[in-house]
Amino acid sequence: MAGVGGGNDFQWCFSQVKGAIDEDVAEADIISTVEFNYSGELLATGDKGGRVVIFQREQESKNRPLSRGEYNVYSTFQSHEPEFDYLKSLEIEEKINKIRWLPQQNAAHFLLSTNDKTIKLWKISERDKRAEGYNLKDEDGRLRDPFRITSLRVPVLMPMDLMVEASPRRIFANAHTYHINSISVNSDYETYLSADDLRINLWHLEITDRSFNIVDIKPANMEELTEVITAAECHPHQCNVFVYSSSKGTIRLCDMRAAALCDRHSKFFEEPEDPSSRSFFSEIISSISDVKFSHSGRYMMTRDYLSVKVWDLNMENRPVETYQVHEYLRSKLCSLYENDCIFDKFECCWNGSDSAIMTGSYNNFFRMFDRNTRRDITLEASRESSKPRAMLKPRKVCTGGKRKKDEISVDSLDFNKKILHTAWHPKENVIAVAATNNLYIFQDKMN
Amino acid sequence: MSSEVETSTEEQQEMQDTVVSPEKAEEIKLKARYPHLGARPGGSDLLRKRLQKGQQKYFDSGDYNMAKAKMKNKQLPAAAAEKTEITGDHIPTPQDLPQRKQSLEASKLAF
Repeated sequence: MAGVGGGNDFQWCFSQVKGAIDEDVAEADIISTVEFNYSGELLATGDKGGRVVIFQREQESKNRPLSRGEYNVYSTFQSHEPEFDYLKSLEIEEKINKIRWLPQQNAAHFLLSTNDKTIKLWKISERDKRAEGYNLKDEDGRLRDPFRITSLRVPVLMPMDLMVEASPRRIFANAHTYHINSISVNSDYETYLSADDLRINLWHLEITDRSFNIVDIKPANMEELTEVITAAECHPHQCNVFVYSSSKGTIRLCDMRAAALCDRHSKFFEEPEDPSSRSFFSEIISSISDVKFSHSGRYMMTRDYLSVKVWDLNMENRPVETYQVHEYLRSKLCSLYENDCIFDKFECCWNGSDSAIMTGSYNNFFRMFDRNTRRDITLEASRESSKPRAMLKPRKVCTGGKRKKDEISVDSLDFNKKILHTAWHPKENVIAVAATNNLYIFQDKMN
Repeated sequence: MSSEVETSTEEQQEMQDTVVSPEKAEEIKLKARYPHLGARPGGSDLLRKRLQKGQQKYFDSGDYNMAKAKMKNKQLPAAAAEKTEITGDHIPTPQDLPQRKQSLEASKLAF
């Protein structure tokens, strides 16, 4: 396929890979979320061990032309620790489910990171100066004898090696009975929402001891439970609007001006189903694993097990575009149910101009769709194609009959190599792809 | 027994009459392996399992202390090989509970 987007031919090239090459992957090292900040200068990852690693893009410089645009480690910290809920005898995983950046308002950077139960606001700040010449203590910190001090001096700020510090500024806890699946910063930059399986809460970034419950779908009798909330997101421009998706493949758009409790939706998005094609798997594969607004705010995209759908917010009865991610898996649903892969939650993302979308698949494959040309491409994140600036070769899955050279058959796909998390730089053609414990960064040759 | 026979003739009928969609074919395969699947509302079962994500660990301090008192003169039993299995027959000790160590190691992405 020639290219994705706007007439230019995209040529995706390998840029960097982070992480160990070991065959034995420690559970804690599995990447669970990837997110660029608003400028794309910073790239954050969270893992199952509760750790956050932030990469910063190198500035272009004549001295090191080869490292143009490379992402290097900026800060790393332990965001969440494993906990034990003694009341329910349940472990609370430290796995970072989501990271969301706040827009930058001063020299420091802020992000929200969440595990199943607790959301934390982290401040990441730089320190490149140190005061020297204190009156009461020596340079090495020892206290000076006050009787020996005969003159006063003014401490001077001296440059020091850059130190990046991360500190937890707010801890938003005890508001979720069920497992948090989403957090989303509102466009008012003051509030954010957090969603678990049955409820959505609205928080103020400054206030940690209370939050507003804005959606509650818990039935009075749990036997009557038919669906759960799978994802939620605030509208990028309208601070009163948010959407949430369900395990039944529906999306509800809510307006917070309408009522304090948004149990009644303003819009209900559902694609009509052909009743004759219904099967045991229908509901499971229709469950939406991710929902993302376009940057324009006019569209939203949903990811279910086999496809990605683009919805126009003005049209509720069907999506405007549907892209098949790996339709060949439809005839493998039985084994995918048995090995639990059918419950894998794939994410999806838009490029900066909303002209292209990307999502992951198995065998470390990921897919990109150009909304204008309707062309698509399958690429692979692998160590084999990781020579610097090597162009990625399109991959193809053979669905039956004769397998052509370079094609891979469905039965040879490695279902343990799943790409669930991908991110697209907000302005440029740079993408980050999480392949289990490795983070791949690819760039367009034209960059 | 008889219901299973019925199902298989039903299946044969289906396969003869219509071209079975790949999804339906997969469903037939699954139901053949697990005949009791879907007998109860499957949706609710799956959802409930999802809400309950995470194993429940049981530790009763009363049981533990009584067991410890009984075994005062003997050595404490060696930790069970299978650390994730805590059953009603076996009185868990703190050694048996899977260690929830804090991650002291840095992420390998940071190198």
